[in-house]
Amino acid sequence: MSGYSVTEASPRQKTIAAVLVMTYTLITLMPLVWIIATGFKTPADAISYPPKVIFEPTLEGYVNLFTTRTRVTQEQLQAMGPPQTWYDAIVRQYDMVIAGPSRYGERFLNSVIIGFGSTFLSVFLGTLAAYAFSRFKVPLKDDLLFFILSTRMMPPIAVAIPIFLMYRTLGLSDTHLGMILLYTAVNLSLSVWLLKGFIDEIPREYEEAALIDGYTRFQAFVKVVLPQASTGIAATAVFCLIFAWNEYAFAVLLTSGTAQTAPPFIPTIIGVGGQDWPAVAAGATLFLLPVMVFTILLRKHLLRGITFGAVRK
Amino acid sequence: MKSTLLWAATALTAAAHAQAEDLTLCWAAWDPANALVELSKDYEAQSGNTMHFEFVPWPNFADRMLNELNSGGKLCDLLIGDSQWIGGGAENGHYVKLNDFFDKEGISMDDFAPATVYAYSTWPKGTPNYYALPAMGDALGWFYRKDWFARPDIQEAFQAEYGRPLEEPKTQDELMEIAKFFQGREIDGQTRYGVSIFTERGSEGITMGATSALYPFGFKYTTEPGSYEMEGAVNSPDAVKGLEFYKALYECCTPPGYTDAYMEQTLDAFKSGQVAMAMNWFAFFPGLYADPNIGGEHIDFFVNPKEKVEASVLGGQGISVVAYSDKQDAALDYIKWFAQPDVQKKWWSLGGYSCHNAVLNDPSFPESTPFAADFLVAMNGVQDFWQEPAYAELLLAMQKRLHDYVVADQGTAQEALDQLIGDWTETFQDEGKM
Amino acid sequence: MTDTVIDRAARATPPSVARRVRGVSDRMLAWIFVAPTIFLLLSINIFPLIWTINLSFTNYKANRNRPVEYIGFENYHRILTDKDVWLTMQATAHFLFWTIFFQVLIGFALAWLINRKFKGNDLWTTLIVLPMMLSPAVVGNFWTFLYQPQIGLFNYVVSFFTGADPSSFSMIGQVNLAPWAIVIVDTWMWTPFIMLICLAGLRSIPDYIYEAAEVDRASKWRQFWTITIPMALPFLMLAVLFRGIENFKMFDLVVLLTGGGPGSTTELTSINLKREAFEKWRTGYASAYAIILFVTVFGLASIYVKALNKVKER
Repeated sequence: MSGYSVTEASPRQKTIAAVLVMTYTLITLMPLVWIIATGFKTPADAISYPPKVIFEPTLEGYVNLFTTRTRVTQEQLQAMGPPQTWYDAIVRQYDMVIAGPSRYGERFLNSVIIGFGSTFLSVFLGTLAAYAFSRFKVPLKDDLLFFILSTRMMPPIAVAIPIFLMYRTLGLSDTHLGMILLYTAVNLSLSVWLLKGFIDEIPREYEEAALIDGYTRFQAFVKVVLPQASTGIAATAVFCLIFAWNEYAFAVLLTSGTAQTAPPFIPTIIGVGGQDWPAVAAGATLFLLPVMVFTILLRKHLLRGITFGAVRK
Repeated sequence: MKSTLLWAATALTAAAHAQAEDLTLCWAAWDPANALVELSKDYEAQSGNTMHFEFVPWPNFADRMLNELNSGGKLCDLLIGDSQWIGGGAENGHYVKLNDFFDKEGISMDDFAPATVYAYSTWPKGTPNYYALPAMGDALGWFYRKDWFARPDIQEAFQAEYGRPLEEPKTQDELMEIAKFFQGREIDGQTRYGVSIFTERGSEGITMGATSALYPFGFKYTTEPGSYEMEGAVNSPDAVKGLEFYKALYECCTPPGYTDAYMEQTLDAFKSGQVAMAMNWFAFFPGLYADPNIGGEHIDFFVNPKEKVEASVLGGQGISVVAYSDKQDAALDYIKWFAQPDVQKKWWSLGGYSCHNAVLNDPSFPESTPFAADFLVAMNGVQDFWQEPAYAELLLAMQKRLHDYVVADQGTAQEALDQLIGDWTETFQDEGKM
Repeated sequence: MTDTVIDRAARATPPSVARRVRGVSDRMLAWIFVAPTIFLLLSINIFPLIWTINLSFTNYKANRNRPVEYIGFENYHRILTDKDVWLTMQATAHFLFWTIFFQVLIGFALAWLINRKFKGNDLWTTLIVLPMMLSPAVVGNFWTFLYQPQIGLFNYVVSFFTGADPSSFSMIGQVNLAPWAIVIVDTWMWTPFIMLICLAGLRSIPDYIYEAAEVDRASKWRQFWTITIPMALPFLMLAVLFRGIENFKMFDLVVLLTGGGPGSTTELTSINLKREAFEKWRTGYASAYAIILFVTVFGLASIYVKALNKVKER
């Protein structure tokens, strides 16, 4: 027997495992790298054959993402004089001028407003409910908890049918409020389940000590439980945010302009003749990056979040 | 805060106007839409109203705009909606009826080409009930690489193979022959393909493409105009032949990978030099002609070739006022401005297809561009899809049956059309029309 | 100074008594805390659900203002006897089965490898997980670019390794390839999910069990099948449950990849439902469809959860 314990892999096994895992990771990250790289290509480079791995980076995709452009004649171009800014210069190479900003900024902002709004609400309501479920005898508790979870089993399209009719009657179609309420309702199941798990882990003794110290139940909740649960609340918030951020089906069916978020918008970015892939890639990069950062920050709680708290590390 | 600033700004530019409005016009995102933005600057200067635009790419246009209308949304004050929407727009109360407004402002529908008024404005079809002003005439046409067609070596090779000179096809069969001739041919060291045609599944692509073969072959929606008797019309032997033709054209002569192609993709295939010929809406022809690489001397245009009959697929749109808008008066004011002959002339000069007689009947019109004469011919023989309020259901059924047969290669043309009658019958029964 | 008699009494009483003293306010508090959640769920989940059930017995069309008629089970009858609906169910089943098959296979293998605890495995785990956190719509849209014949990265890589002409096949355009194209992207995206859960399962197995097996001279192979697999099974089953439900509902990724085409080869039930509900606007019909789907998922999930609990009890 070697000097290693039976459950510890040998150095050779470890090396093989490491190589295999790294190979897999590198392969699966290729599409992501490709998205980011395409954002810095010219449209011609983006659709060249064979696909270009080495290319001269340009910000054209980003300029096209944030602007609308119109074609002008050579004479008009001459009359305008030299370009004022670097992005003007990029656009003018194609006999075009910038006509105005694109809708991407607005859509991105909508994603932020709806994402944060619904996250705040669902975490706020979820914390209260989770605390009640964790500490008090609520009649039909198990049924209620299961019911909350089962709301996630409906296909979003099925949910969207009555919501569409309801919002039409209430005038909530294509509004921020409507989308915030909807995402809050969808996220509540996640936040209640996750937070109940986190709060269950906080020893009751802390609160009871506070109660004995003369705190009311509510005070004990605010001053003792909330600080203890802050990590869990933060992790839950990020999961809610990611869901709202990535959501597509409701957004495409229930919004058309005012409250449209980025996911239904990005696939509709088109340029002259076909999809403008560098612009799409630029939009996708900006949209995906925050989630990538959050994922890395969240890695300790990832498992819990994706399983609704069913699996804790 | 923002609104007061805006208000102050517009008030300065339009002091004479009692009230300046922000109007939003919704349309598809394509070349003519940019022309309309340009044109509308005159309106902004004149009226003091500010124009905003919401342009949606074609593949999502119908989906999103019909959803917007059905949800009673206020995003759009003005909508340039597709011709097939008129039935639903009128019957479901999405569009404002324009008759009183036309009478009051002295706008006469007689000033517009009859085919366009019929197609874009009236509901029920052909009655003097107007829900839109013809805004953009359009039909499905073809364009080809004139420079390739003119080359002596290519001319010779074609003559040797088919015993006739290579020129614009006059029948659908000739079209296929030319496409076959170019398929896989090396020109300037690159492999070229015959033709790029519509095969898109998601919105209306393959239906529009296939009907451009079906109509000339003699396809009819009903045996009698006005009836819903489809047996023997939709699946007539001529219709079956037409559909088989389209599938054969797709299989023999299109570049690889074009299994879900609509406007953008067919333009792409042509602009990148992959194909000798392509179909698309006349709306794109000004942009194509102006293209620095494949426009000008490199390109020419032709009307959809006849087979049994001459026929083209109708495109185009009328401009309507959305019934849910709070700014209907200002929206009507825009239409009033748009209907003026001078504005219509400028519209054409910017690349929009005016439907106004002042433009179309101008003796210089056919010579004004290489495709203007073709446009007049096409508009004389246009046929449109169902414009029923249930048009979306009818269209989705046809999209499915055609794509299953043409692209996914399932079943026969006869089966596809028989099943289509089944789908349509079900819809019309639901509608209480059968 | 602010101490009242009650406070002092409360401090002096043991916790259980204290809870009883404040019991009434606790119950009130519980209700105040739970009420907003219940209210929101009632108004955005339950009420709409009841409305959907009601609509499913009508011929209502949300884009028309014609009178609504109750037509009994007509919609249900039509859906369950519609050949095209069953074809979408088949497409969904194909998608479900193969995505779960590949994801379990690769995900478990990865978890097992990572559990060798080589240096830096935490970093690689975090990187592997990235695809599943991203917006499926944005990712699906971009994969259409990767799948393009000729210019697409996927085709290029395949041709690099197999020598096939990259323009000779179109993953999302060909009837025989499209069902696999969506399986590939979903597997790419969600294998890390199964991997993570399996990893938790593997790490939950206490070392002493292996040590005992080693004492009994059980082979590594035998240990794997008698210890590793059974102990990790509840975790694996849970992962499959989550993926099963998610992929049964699948809409965004596939609709942006193939839109259900070519023909109807990748038209999953959710895509079909969307066409009925929001393109054809057959609201009553689509409501019945939605109810059927819900009952199916709910029923299958319940049976599965029972099985899962049995495995856990063992």
